[in-house]
Amino acid sequence: MKFLCIECDRQMAFEERRLPGDGTLAVAFRCPACGRAVALLANPFETQLVSSLGVVIGGRTVPPQPLETVRGMVATGKDDAFADAAERAAAPGPRWSPEAEERLARVPGFVRGMVKRIYADYAREHGIAEITPAVMDTARAALGLEEM
Amino acid sequence: MPGSFRTYHDLTDADRSGLPEQIGAQRARVAARLAGVRRVVAVMSGKGGVGKSFVAAGAARALAQSGRATGVLDADFAGPTAARLLGARGARLRVAGDAVVPAPGADGVVVISMGQLLEDGRPLAFRGPGGADHVWREALEAAALREFLADVAWGALDVLFVDLPPGIARFTELVEILPAPPQVLTVTIPTPEARDAVRRALRAARERGGTLLGVVENMVGGPLAGSAGDELAAEFGIPLLARLPFHPPAAAWQALAARLGGAP
Repeated sequence: MKFLCIECDRQMAFEERRLPGDGTLAVAFRCPACGRAVALLANPFETQLVSSLGVVIGGRTVPPQPLETVRGMVATGKDDAFADAAERAAAPGPRWSPEAEERLARVPGFVRGMVKRIYADYAREHGIAEITPAVMDTARAALGLEEM
Repeated sequence: MPGSFRTYHDLTDADRSGLPEQIGAQRARVAARLAGVRRVVAVMSGKGGVGKSFVAAGAARALAQSGRATGVLDADFAGPTAARLLGARGARLRVAGDAVVPAPGADGVVVISMGQLLEDGRPLAFRGPGGADHVWREALEAAALREFLADVAWGALDVLFVDLPPGIARFTELVEILPAPPQVLTVTIPTPEARDAVRRALRAARERGGTLLGVVENMVGGPLAGSAGDELAAEFGIPLLARLPFHPPAAAWQALAARLGGAP
């Protein structure tokens, strides 16, 4: 997917991707010549079609997680299907504030271990000792994670 | 505003999304994960209820008993039974690094199945906006098949059986995902109705490049009349690998394993 600034006859550059959590997708592009920005706003159906292919508009910001489409898209998965949540909790890594733990607990168990792993990796890479809801918000925006 | 403007291929700067590259990376991940798997054998039939999963599990166990490292990927996402047949249904799956470790089942056969992931008694359902599930269900199931191949630590296996649902759609997806078309083990029951349905599946498998290993005729010796196994074997020039009664003795499985194990 490419965007063209017709007035400048220049290809616009990808700038930002947002997943507001309502099933939609917003992607901003900016013209490097005139600075004009446009946003692509995809409805839930269009967003779902892209997700079904296991690809990410704007490119990947985190490496693929094991069974990420299955864990992210299956609605009837059992909470204790994977052992990674417990193992991760025991592993050394950034601390989780009680508020962040509470927020994480609201994530369905089927996908919780994978989500926890993504936040922990983000914190580790950025030298963050404690994961708080604010850190989760920052990571979510930076990584383009929906409903995590 | 200009009256004309350039189109996609006129723009030469990089497309940051790189969707074709992402798809290519998915395929490469499958190939890398299966590098240690000597043979991928699709177990298929054009007909439901002929015992594909039963044959896949029995053949896998018999091969494992003969010393071959064997795995089963249950690709029947709507009706998963392989994990139960192999005694690995209740196992919690462990994530290690970039892969899920398949659960060890009976006789050491490793298995991954949607049956290990779904809540008891609940059907496979996907998240997403309601009202058009049929549009993306196929794509999501294909993604699940790709992830079961690419994201499971299959390790070094002599044989990986892929237990397919009835029909040919999942086989087509499998061929597109794998680096090379799989070998095909076809299961039928004796009846003419099964023969006709399985014939279509065999033709589809051959047209898509699958190597036909042979036919297993299941549920022989009971009330089901016919000779579908012999007829299909003759028509396609492939061996009738086994005639399995309703309760196959161990020797029948061992004979099937010997014939499968000797295949190239």
